[in-house]
Amino acid sequence: MAISVDSPEVSRNLMQQAGYTFPFLSDQKTEVIRRYDLLHAGAGENGTDIARPAELLVDKTGTVRWINLTENYFVRARPEDVLDKANLLE
Amino acid sequence: MDVRRLNWPLWAGFLLTLIGAFSYIAVFIWFPITRDFPWVNLLLFLVAAILLWKGVRRGFARDRVHPTRSKILTSIFTTLSVLIIALFLLSYFVFARLLPPSTGAPQVGQKVPEFTLPDSTARQVSLNELLTAPIDGKAPKGVLLIFYRGYW
Repeated sequence: MAISVDSPEVSRNLMQQAGYTFPFLSDQKTEVIRRYDLLHAGAGENGTDIARPAELLVDKTGTVRWINLTENYFVRARPEDVLDKANLLE
Repeated sequence: MDVRRLNWPLWAGFLLTLIGAFSYIAVFIWFPITRDFPWVNLLLFLVAAILLWKGVRRGFARDRVHPTRSKILTSIFTTLSVLIIALFLLSYFVFARLLPPSTGAPQVGQKVPEFTLPDSTARQVSLNELLTAPIDGKAPKGVLLIFYRGYW
């Protein structure tokens, strides 16, 4: 599922345009983003706070099994790699 | 127009610079192999640079029909091209890497913090619910949290 500072309306538009069916959560006050230490202060439009890109694979006990913190926001995890990691979950 | 008079390397170099810069967002960003490292764009810039160099030599040649005009045009478009290439390189190799260290992010083996946030229908969804609500009658094996910059 995806988390960003976008509002539910903005996420809905994106989901419709791109055809995504998984949940998109809105963290407009960056509370969760800060709790996960993924804040990128002032990096959004007009200097707003946003999340830095990150993917976390969490198992059913809530434990992190894999985390990807990219060094360059143009470079993201490739789906095949993520699926490989996900298939290792019991 | 007499082809000999037209400083075609200058214009070709400038055009290739524009293509090199805009094609990343328009085309190559959709394919991981060209998004993760913009090698096609760097190649285009290299060819553009060679053309621009030829264009400069031609534009500043003494046998130009309009030498002053040639120098001005050549200078403007070469400078513009250099700026565009510099901006691209800065954007990709510098600005995109200006990311916070995020050393406090959950590590492998740690439990992630619980949370509850509204989804796209404004319904409150908790992490616990995502981890336990059955999908097609089966319990989930886990969840992938994708934090992204937003503003799409």
